[in-house]
Amino acid sequence: MDLTTFLIQLLNALQYGLLLFLVASGLTLIFGIMGIINLAHGSFYMMGAYMAFALTSATGNLFVAILLGIVLSALIGFLLEWGLFSRLYKRDHLDQVLLTYGLILMFEEIRSMIVGDDVHGVRIPEILSASIQLSETLSYPVYRLFMSAVCIVLAVLMYWLIRHTRLGMMIRAGSSNREMVQSLGINIDLIYRLVFALGVTLAAFAGMLAAPVSSVYPGMGNQVLIICFVVVVIGGVGSVWGALVAALLIGLADTFGKVIIPDFAGLTVYLLMAVVLLWRPEGIFRRI
Amino acid sequence: MGELVLAARGLSRQFGGLAANKDVSLDMHRGELHAVLGPNGAGKSTLINLLSGDLPPSGGQILYRGQDISSWSPDRRSRAGIGRSYQRTNIFPAFTAFENCRLAAQSRAPRALHVFSRAQNYDDLRSAADRALEQAGLASRRDVVAATLSHGEQRQLEIAMVLATAPSVLLLDEPLAGMGSEESQLMVSLLQKLSVDHAILLVEHDMDAVFAVADVITVMVTGQVLESGPPDQIRSSLAVQEAYLGGGEPDDE
Amino acid sequence: MSSAIKTSRSALLATLLVLSIFPLFGSDYYSELLTKIMIMAIFAMSLDLLVGFTGLVSFGHAAFFGIAAYAVVLVSPQYDPASLWLVLPAAVLAAAVAAFVIGLFVLRTKGIYFIMVTLAFAQMIYFVFHDSPLGGGSDGVFINFKPELRIGETQLLDLGNAAHFYYIVLLLLVATYVFLRILLRSPLGHALAGIKSNEHRMLSLGFPVFLYKLAGFVIAGALAGVAGFLSACQFGFVTPEILSWHQSGNVLLMVILGGIGTLNGAAIGAFAFVVLQEVFSALTKHWQFLMGTVIVLVVMLLPGGLASLTQRVRRLLVGGGSNG
Repeated sequence: MDLTTFLIQLLNALQYGLLLFLVASGLTLIFGIMGIINLAHGSFYMMGAYMAFALTSATGNLFVAILLGIVLSALIGFLLEWGLFSRLYKRDHLDQVLLTYGLILMFEEIRSMIVGDDVHGVRIPEILSASIQLSETLSYPVYRLFMSAVCIVLAVLMYWLIRHTRLGMMIRAGSSNREMVQSLGINIDLIYRLVFALGVTLAAFAGMLAAPVSSVYPGMGNQVLIICFVVVVIGGVGSVWGALVAALLIGLADTFGKVIIPDFAGLTVYLLMAVVLLWRPEGIFRRI
Repeated sequence: MGELVLAARGLSRQFGGLAANKDVSLDMHRGELHAVLGPNGAGKSTLINLLSGDLPPSGGQILYRGQDISSWSPDRRSRAGIGRSYQRTNIFPAFTAFENCRLAAQSRAPRALHVFSRAQNYDDLRSAADRALEQAGLASRRDVVAATLSHGEQRQLEIAMVLATAPSVLLLDEPLAGMGSEESQLMVSLLQKLSVDHAILLVEHDMDAVFAVADVITVMVTGQVLESGPPDQIRSSLAVQEAYLGGGEPDDE
Repeated sequence: MSSAIKTSRSALLATLLVLSIFPLFGSDYYSELLTKIMIMAIFAMSLDLLVGFTGLVSFGHAAFFGIAAYAVVLVSPQYDPASLWLVLPAAVLAAAVAAFVIGLFVLRTKGIYFIMVTLAFAQMIYFVFHDSPLGGGSDGVFINFKPELRIGETQLLDLGNAAHFYYIVLLLLVATYVFLRILLRSPLGHALAGIKSNEHRMLSLGFPVFLYKLAGFVIAGALAGVAGFLSACQFGFVTPEILSWHQSGNVLLMVILGGIGTLNGAAIGAFAFVVLQEVFSALTKHWQFLMGTVIVLVVMLLPGGLASLTQRVRRLLVGGGSNG
């Protein structure tokens, strides 16, 4: 493998890892703060991708579509928490697993009923459609660099939100002692609702961002979900920092795995998980 | 003084920057009841957790009959003869008092491969459980579901379960917590009886009980051993009196 | 309490009776459906051992079901029917070994982690069969002849014969049920119940909890293997989809639908699930939406599953009082 090809694979690994982080961070936040395991989280990713497709077809502009999609997703997240998920906090993991599994089935069919089962593409907007020349024969798409950049910006914003704002402090406090935070006069229900909406929006936004590159197809949510679980297992439940490190590791393992052992490429991620499990069953990091 | 059974040597445990236990050393002899006193936050719970294996030490050693068991898991220590009761009642709520003790006794004769036999049919387990319930004063409540027992009775069950495992060392974490005076007296006399052929470590707040039964008292303050010796020595120690807010004895729970 | 046992015992016998004579009266279609239900009941009961009796929520149980099914196909000779003496033990052993190896990894985790890693490991197995030429890849693989049971030269049973197959399944269902009931009364069974109730205390009492969980995990995997074996024999065709997480989710649903920790509930749940699946898919191609709705409703409204429904009905009829 020459240097340029290596660089391209590295950039791919980074982009995949960062996108995975975006989705997984929502999942791990909801786990860590509200203690809910949500299998339907992958469906939000799918929802975002299909939103990107539908809204771009309607408005002709991906950026506008994404903005609309963000608003829609936040709204949906808010409503879902208010109507359904808020009742799950007291239930045990088994009930949560089952209920959210039922939701996956429902979401998949709703999508099928509204948009159908076809595979769709989303066109990359003009300004981002160029490629950067890396060598005589190889170039790298600008859009993928754009994706990585956006993810990094969001990661920084999340860090700032959690570590340096009052809201972030309340979020961290609320995860360890809900009653005490409530008794301080802080509306913990609202905070939980915001966090859930944030998680949904992150996943949906990731789907919107990835749509032009990965195309839009049924079952895309389920694939992402399981890999996200691996991210959370490796990184540690509730640790956003762990999710970042784990997602990047997985990005590397998956991308270079495809090159080194193409026949069993799908396995590299799980092998990584197996190794981590032997060494640190609770994940590399823990807590927020 | 009987043989040295369990010894802590320079035990310490850190939680981030906080030293919950620092350089704690302690001896337990057979036939001796060793009480550990100290104000809240003194590190008594941490010490018991370190000795039972519920927490790994950051430093120091634990020796059991001369062997270093510092890295042993809780179940391994239990099988070796170190039994532990908990401050917060730690029973099987849905089982009867008898079944709680029967299961505890089963740990000594697991018979895990005897798939086709009924667990209830083993006489040795049944009598061990009944004996333990008898000792703890719970024989009359044998077939009551544990969750419906009174708080005091649950504390008695807590002890019964440990006794059913026939340990040689007993680590008791506030067994009297939340008990009425009659139940406390029963427990105190049980402790006196047990101390004859066991090595007992007793963490307690009830001063009267402690001074009535203890052979040796170790006083801990902020994670370290302040003083250790027979009850009379501790009672008249100025250092101990100062540690407990300048002279007075602390309130019972 | 004793009246509840009496009613459930007579209900069990009645069910056994109905199942035994059904093929004599029912149509082929319904006999085949009932066969499928019985196979799923074995699958669900094996998971109930883990979920309901040990407190281990596994979302990857289909892996052992599928490995056994693939073992049947891979061990069967191409142009002859395989011998039941060989194929059944091979399939169950394959599932048990897989459960042992996977158990060594996943049982190091607890709670949420356990659910996620079991799912992930099952996915890994799925990819092994999907991507490799091992079992015909994503296309799946056939067996040309169903296994048979021979003693010397005489063929006693031919699993290709629908009636033979039905009664083999019924026999294995009863055997599995009886075995699990016995296991749960044994010292091992009581230890597993203790682990479900208070794992920490079990550890502190001297039980090597990891080994017990591993034992439970392997037994459950082996029994799932029995179901997988039967499933491969029923259709003679195996694809990676039997290892998919949908399968794992479905069997978990069956256990919960019926009521976890009751064993009978697992069978009831299997029955309810297969029937619902048949009814819904006849109604609409979007039948999974209806199934999903049922799942959500059951979780929200029926915390004890369908098995608790009989309790509630009884309470309504009798009026207050006994705890059932």
